[in-house]
Amino acid sequence: MLSDQDRRIIKELQNGLPLASRPYQIIGFRLKMSEEELINRVSHLIKNGVIRRLGAAVRHQDLGFKANAMVVWDVPDDKICEVGGNMAGFREVTHCYQRPRQANWPYNLFTMVHGHSRGECARIAEKIAQAVGMNKYDLLFSTAELKKISMRYFE
Amino acid sequence: MKTDQIDRKLLNLIQTDFPLSPEPYREIGEALGISEEEVLSRIRSMISNGLIRRLGGIFDSKMLGYHSTLCAMQVDQRRIDEVAAVVNSYPGVTHNYLREHEYNMWFTATAPSKEELDEFIARVKRDTGINEILVLPAQKLFKIRVNFDL
Repeated sequence: MLSDQDRRIIKELQNGLPLASRPYQIIGFRLKMSEEELINRVSHLIKNGVIRRLGAAVRHQDLGFKANAMVVWDVPDDKICEVGGNMAGFREVTHCYQRPRQANWPYNLFTMVHGHSRGECARIAEKIAQAVGMNKYDLLFSTAELKKISMRYFE
Repeated sequence: MKTDQIDRKLLNLIQTDFPLSPEPYREIGEALGISEEEVLSRIRSMISNGLIRRLGGIFDSKMLGYHSTLCAMQVDQRRIDEVAAVVNSYPGVTHNYLREHEYNMWFTATAPSKEELDEFIARVKRDTGINEILVLPAQKLFKIRVNFDL
């Protein structure tokens, strides 16, 4: 369970780290904690997985990764763990999730693939398909970003 | 956007190994052979030109007790703006992309409870008149990598 103090720490960290010499001292001061107490608590929240990581979120489109495809796969249910694990091993795959099939939707494994062009994304998908032995898949290229923000918790 | 070699090294470092120690910017500077002041001014300019969206914590929404899902819907080309306005007005919608598929609008929604998430989806259906929304919550996470090698 998260304490009230943990929630306050999370709210501070989602607002951003101060751009100053001692950022944790500044946040600690706001929360009436010492720099050391704050660092220890954040370290604990990272260890137990509440904080996934600390650092920068970048706009990858601006860094040359112009194309992204959601590659969706129809994988036999009894193979999903094996195939999902294999796909996660590809460095071009940034996200890999199992999601439920629906009446109009046969795909149960979702991967995000980033490349410098559409052709590159398609080649990556083909390479993965061959490596894991799965051939029922589709690529959904994004054509517009309508919203992208960071989630704000406890507000 | 113009970045030099030091910016790229700096971005790589602060995406993955941001120090949790009293003087993180000085430590980063030491690793890159530049001063703490220069680290701070480079980060400031990459934030102001939008290359860095945010410098802070990235959280596991499930561990915070939140519920989230991916959703997809079929939206007529002429109604994209209007439907996007309904979807995007909810603060828990963090991503919304148009994709080339008959399901062409794909968004993620995060809410403090399952009930609020269901309520949001019902509201989108009601306010847009589009009754079919694919609701595709993650059942198992195999990988999430949010840093990019530069």
